[in-house]
Amino acid sequence: MAVNIDPKNTPPGYEGQGFFATTLDKAVGLGRANSLWPLPFATSCCGIEFMATMGSNYDLARFGSERISFSPRQADLLIVAGTISKKLAPILRQVYEQMAEPKWVISMGACASSGGIFDTYSVLQGIDRVIPVDVYVPGCPPRPEQLIDALMQVQEMARNERRDYRQSERYQKRLEKYGIE
Amino acid sequence: MITTEIKESIQSKLGNFVIAVEQHYDFPVYIVKKAHLHEALKTLKEDPELNFHFLTTMCGIHSPENEGAEFGLMYQLHNMPNNWRIRVRAFMSKNDLDVPTVSDIWPSANWQERQEYDFYGFNFTGHPDLRRILNMEEMNYFPMRREYPLEDAWRDDKEDKYFGR
Repeated sequence: MAVNIDPKNTPPGYEGQGFFATTLDKAVGLGRANSLWPLPFATSCCGIEFMATMGSNYDLARFGSERISFSPRQADLLIVAGTISKKLAPILRQVYEQMAEPKWVISMGACASSGGIFDTYSVLQGIDRVIPVDVYVPGCPPRPEQLIDALMQVQEMARNERRDYRQSERYQKRLEKYGIE
Repeated sequence: MITTEIKESIQSKLGNFVIAVEQHYDFPVYIVKKAHLHEALKTLKEDPELNFHFLTTMCGIHSPENEGAEFGLMYQLHNMPNNWRIRVRAFMSKNDLDVPTVSDIWPSANWQERQEYDFYGFNFTGHPDLRRILNMEEMNYFPMRREYPLEDAWRDDKEDKYFGR
């Protein structure tokens, strides 16, 4: 059966009639990268832009993110889109902790990345103060193209991740920096 | 619309509770002593002619330059049948932020007083559940007081060197 995979994303391996052999890391990465299930943590205008990205014009589904997960337990990718107040920070952190490994985080827009214009007592000055972030998307709000680019960067990360990375000491140290067990 | 006669009738009913009367836009503002605040507001609500049965809003005031009366509270009342709207104000010193609760007069004051506590630190005596309502509970200061910087103190990316200052 013909499998429709973009040739430039095909991992290196041995190909013959009816089979294709590659490393397990690459095969797993291929699967993960092309079926990222995003969890939108949309709190404001960036959420609207995220909806546009999901809609038919920009169609995030083309990248295998067809299925928006509204439960953290079935999500691979947390898209934080909008202002996070300090009161909301523990909830965001809990949502992140509830997600199963492997998981990635996109910080969408100026507010999620740095607090944006809300430089005030009640607003968290960047979600990277409570959870680790993989890709930051600048903009207020960012264009859908920028979010698609961020998703493609996450795909690139997923594709090239070592299979044992999530069990590694390096990853544990990264989580420890944020006080996550 | 509130006429001069009504304004005077309110003032006579409040009697010696009123220290001063001002006019801010469409609102007559009755300034009362803090000690008389509860009684004055109770009169305004329960007097059948005045019938200010609705507490539209209330807010805290902090003017550090007014020594001895740094803090204030404003209550905006509404008599819906006659469409009368007035404000009542009381001022107090920063050393004495105890204010009697009006949540026994208007139950809706419960959350509004919690908000004023949250942002200014008024201590509403007799309030059933005085704790923060909007800010996170760990916050250890009252952010709307004019003694804290507006910008977030955690922020480390707004140093002058990044802007060539």
